[in-house]
Amino acid sequence: MNVAAVRRDPALGARLALAAVGLALLWPAIDLAEFDPRKLFETGNLETVARFLGTFFPLALGADFLDLVLRSALETLALATAGTAVAIVLALPLAMAVSESLSVSRVGPARRAWIGRLLRTPVRALLVFMRSIPEIVWALLFVRAVGLGPAAGVLAIAINYAGMLGKVYFEIFEAGDTRPARAVLESGGGRVHAFFYGVLPVSLPELVSYSVYRWECAIRASVVMGFVGAGGLGQQMELSMRMLEGGEVATMLLVFLALVMLADAISALLRKVLM
Amino acid sequence: MNFGLDALRLVLPGGHRALAGVSLEVRHGERVVVIGPSGAGKTSLLRVVGTALRPSSGTLCIAGVDPWALPAGALRRLRGRVGMIHQSPPLPPRQRLVTAVLAGRLEAWGLFKGLASLAYPADVAGARDALARLELAERLFDRCDRLSGGQLQRVGVARVLYQKPDLILADEPVSSLDPQLADQTIGELHREAQARGVTLMASLHAVDLALKWFPRVVGLRDGTVVFDQPPVRISDAMLRDLYATETPVIPVQGYEPLQRLAAGPRSARRGAQPLCR
Repeated sequence: MNVAAVRRDPALGARLALAAVGLALLWPAIDLAEFDPRKLFETGNLETVARFLGTFFPLALGADFLDLVLRSALETLALATAGTAVAIVLALPLAMAVSESLSVSRVGPARRAWIGRLLRTPVRALLVFMRSIPEIVWALLFVRAVGLGPAAGVLAIAINYAGMLGKVYFEIFEAGDTRPARAVLESGGGRVHAFFYGVLPVSLPELVSYSVYRWECAIRASVVMGFVGAGGLGQQMELSMRMLEGGEVATMLLVFLALVMLADAISALLRKVLM
Repeated sequence: MNFGLDALRLVLPGGHRALAGVSLEVRHGERVVVIGPSGAGKTSLLRVVGTALRPSSGTLCIAGVDPWALPAGALRRLRGRVGMIHQSPPLPPRQRLVTAVLAGRLEAWGLFKGLASLAYPADVAGARDALARLELAERLFDRCDRLSGGQLQRVGVARVLYQKPDLILADEPVSSLDPQLADQTIGELHREAQARGVTLMASLHAVDLALKWFPRVVGLRDGTVVFDQPPVRISDAMLRDLYATETPVIPVQGYEPLQRLAAGPRSARRGAQPLCR
């Protein structure tokens, strides 16, 4: 290209086209989703919302109830922690398997590199499958398999979150500096060596902070799954809602807020320690 | 470890032709330097010899075999015998020096020793010795991101010294070092190569350093070999010609005028035998 003759940034056309496509896709989406903020402020709707929120007060603070909430909260924490831990254990090898920067045959690239690509495809499909089925569906499935209670929640989170973590882990691996991993491969190290000597020291803070965020999501997801009988605070909240005990729901929501804040604090602390 | 290239061409994924028919033979124990303007293909040449890049056409032969015809396991073992020093060392910022240096021997160690060494360094003394040769021993347990660019470059050298490869490839190994340290570091590489009788091929931007240390100098421009001579046979005109496209000044790193040393061993002329067995 004769650079001297270029008057305009050659990227301009592509950028404009991309913006136009984005807008063209967004408008029908907003339309289809019946998104209209004005509806929020119509008088009838506002009153209904106010009545619903009014039932939240006063908060339920009876000793028996608080004891129950505390035990459920612990159960939720245990459920989310165990589920996330299993998910991490499942996700790491899967992410390592699909990561191209850990692929020995990509060095060169070797003639056999297409075999590796072929093998990575089903693993990626497995990750998509695990995360595309919502955790609540997994929970419904496992409630039937292992019965009502937190075990079903643990399994649902483990499977669903392994799919999400696997995808994001592998993207984190690829987004960081991949030269250390490549250097290990180029001096004869294998995939596992390249991961522990090249990728992990580069991307550990991102991996930890995303995993802790997922743990926080798991705490929240356990509420939704509690509604279908997968234990924890969610199951209690569903009972209270069915009994129209707004005060109890509000107390549990506050406990929830505390749990999420706790997760946030732990995440910040870990990041500081690891950086 | 000896190696040879014949009519080797390399086209990079972007379509850039990095090497356009390079033929070169390096015998066991030889010490060769590649010089040339930036973009001449010095890094590509070293990476091809280090089996990091596969040639687009032509022959590459390392220790008598075509590495790209080897099964995966044998290629890994071969890579373990070749040590590459990178211009900007690919070390994770959070990794400790001891780990970065020990990583040189992962191929020899195998999976479990490699992993166990992350829990507790498998050979602290060995890593310390390698770093001591580059005057970095006291930084053994520091993290890589606590080091300056020049110190980091020497960690990359220490890693390859610790690896004890049969072929040392050094891509601009002293580009971030001051003249005195650069001289010392190149000297250390030569001592290592001589003491263990292994082959050394480096690329250098500083011509004076190249002519001072290496018995054989390969001039590379636009992906082709322009000359391949002992330093005594290299004239100022040849150098000016080599760097003509880049700058009117021949790049050096010291302040003394170029001085010539006696010629070292020259490679035998290529015979009729094929490169690979």
